[in-house]
Amino acid sequence: MDLFLIVLKRDLKLAFRRWSELANPLLFFMIVTAMFPLALPPNTAQLQALGAGIPWIAALLSSLLALEALFRSDAEDGSMEQLLLSPAPLGSVVLAKVAAHWIVSGVPLLALVPAVALSFYLPVEALAVLVPALLLATPTISILVALGAALTVSLKSGASVIGLLVLPLCSPLLIFGARATDLAANGEATAGPLYLLASLAVLSVSLGPIAIAAALKVGLE
Amino acid sequence: MKLPVWFHKLGSPPYVYALAGKLSPWLGAIGCTLIAVGVFWGLVIAPPDYLQGDAARIIYIHPQTAYIGMQAYVVLAVAAGIGFIWRLKVAHAVAASAAPIGATFTFCALATGSIWGAPTWGTFWEWGDPRIMFELLLLFLFLGYMALRAAFDDREKADRVSAILGVVGVVNVPIIHYSVLWWNTLHQGPTIMQLGAPSMTTDMLIPFLITMFGFMFFFYWVLLDRLRAEIVEREQGARWLRELLAGSRP
Amino acid sequence: MNHAVPVLVARNVDVRRGGRCVVRGLSFGLGGGGLALVVGPNGSGKTSLLRVLAGLAPCAGGEVTWNSVALARIPAEDRADIAYRGHLDGLKKELTVEENLAFWAALRRQRSGFDELLAALDLHGVAGRQVRFLSAGQRRRAALATLKVAPARLWLLDEPMTNLDSAGRTLVAGWVSEHLAQGGVAVVATHRPDELARPGATLVEL
Repeated sequence: MDLFLIVLKRDLKLAFRRWSELANPLLFFMIVTAMFPLALPPNTAQLQALGAGIPWIAALLSSLLALEALFRSDAEDGSMEQLLLSPAPLGSVVLAKVAAHWIVSGVPLLALVPAVALSFYLPVEALAVLVPALLLATPTISILVALGAALTVSLKSGASVIGLLVLPLCSPLLIFGARATDLAANGEATAGPLYLLASLAVLSVSLGPIAIAAALKVGLE
Repeated sequence: MKLPVWFHKLGSPPYVYALAGKLSPWLGAIGCTLIAVGVFWGLVIAPPDYLQGDAARIIYIHPQTAYIGMQAYVVLAVAAGIGFIWRLKVAHAVAASAAPIGATFTFCALATGSIWGAPTWGTFWEWGDPRIMFELLLLFLFLGYMALRAAFDDREKADRVSAILGVVGVVNVPIIHYSVLWWNTLHQGPTIMQLGAPSMTTDMLIPFLITMFGFMFFFYWVLLDRLRAEIVEREQGARWLRELLAGSRP
Repeated sequence: MNHAVPVLVARNVDVRRGGRCVVRGLSFGLGGGGLALVVGPNGSGKTSLLRVLAGLAPCAGGEVTWNSVALARIPAEDRADIAYRGHLDGLKKELTVEENLAFWAALRRQRSGFDELLAALDLHGVAGRQVRFLSAGQRRRAALATLKVAPARLWLLDEPMTNLDSAGRTLVAGWVSEHLAQGGVAVVATHRPDELARPGATLVEL
């Protein structure tokens, strides 16, 4: 546990020293969101129908951007090699890195989401479901994108293939999350999808680091 | 972990090459015969569907391609997992061979589904349909696997990295399937599907099963042939291959 | 597991890089105080061999054991016994020298306190500067400093003298001697074996 915290603190420190990189995914989130009304007729009914889903798509895409290079800087300066050789269990190291990233990128996103949702005329009841749903889904998204990042860590063109790998795997999150928001907007019960998002989060956080660690070891061979 | 002898034998490229060479013509013969019989039966002998008429005859091809596509992904994942854990080149070769075949079957499932949809639903594509979405996502899983493989120069690394993706993918497949089905129960589409009704009469069920098994044998036939080609490519320069090719020269 | 005398044994090791076999059937053994110098032209596989000895890459054939345990099966807690320093520094450039060393020490449950070490390496003045602002020589010295932060009985060094001036080279050579004198084992890839050569050293020519 203490090794987890050591790596977590280091990664948080690193993230804050690269603060401009922190802002990019959040800005990207806003820009992607803005693209929708530009491309689609901006009448109220239409936007309201889309309002449940747009934050989800934007969150997915900005996570791709943010996490894509999660392991790359460590791979490039040799610190990932040293982490592989250290006594720290790689699963904990991976979990700590993903957690640091989630704290730094995922949580600020949750702060932006209410404003965005309201701007799409999403009713407040839907908002009350959207934020917890994103809170439950973003760890899973982070783990899946981190897996994609680990699989492509040794590739120069990793960025181009990671989306193809990760987005199909994220589709259940999109479905449960966006539909749950929609259900809430229509005043229906949303416990089911929220529980499912929670169970996916538990599944991914417990098993994901194993796959990610294996991918890193193989990628850096 | 003590493994039986046959398992070790299956890890040897020359052994598998020879075995596949012996099995595949049989699989091909059986498969093509069954498909021919089943298709003829389905198109000519079986009765037209009471709702959809002759358009429903695609039921002798469409669900089969979808099912075999899924089976291909499972074969891919199991082979990749075995190759990863026990470091067996042959298992990785199986996974590499299964991917394009599975992708093609899945694409055919989408295409035949489209062909079915046009006369019956009035549209060749229906974003609201869960099975279309599931097949599409499965196709992306195959293509992603193939793209990841292709991105690596080192074949062994490609094998092992894509194996992880394959195994993670297969765990996700039931999750994706369930989520898409749930999504559809909410979505009130304009049409109601009548595909693959479980209560099929015997005279429809028999050709359905014949083509199902036919496509399965066909799949394994193509898989074994592809596997042999894959083995030859990977074992370039190996002694057993050189001796084999030298021996086959007249 | 603690053995009185560390033993590094390579048996018939093959090393592959990019699909090609660069090292074939290499065998050697090192006991406590043993030094192996790996020499060869660029591209001959020195780095690949060291990575295999570190356990970062699997050997294509043969086996490497440390203290009679196959490398792949060494438990996590014992991994700190092996120190690998490759071409890359292994330092985070946004962290200061001290922060890097502190992280290193914390991972291996060592205490922090590097003043003496940094002074010996002439890094005392830049201890509080982020690594990205250091010169290449300073970075290399900081990377090598980690060798002294946590004790390891096997040192695998890939061209450690790169970017070092003569004072730095003398220092590192001294460290290697000290390490060997204390019963440690070292495998060093180098273009200048004469700097470290000593009687009894194994020469591995690739």
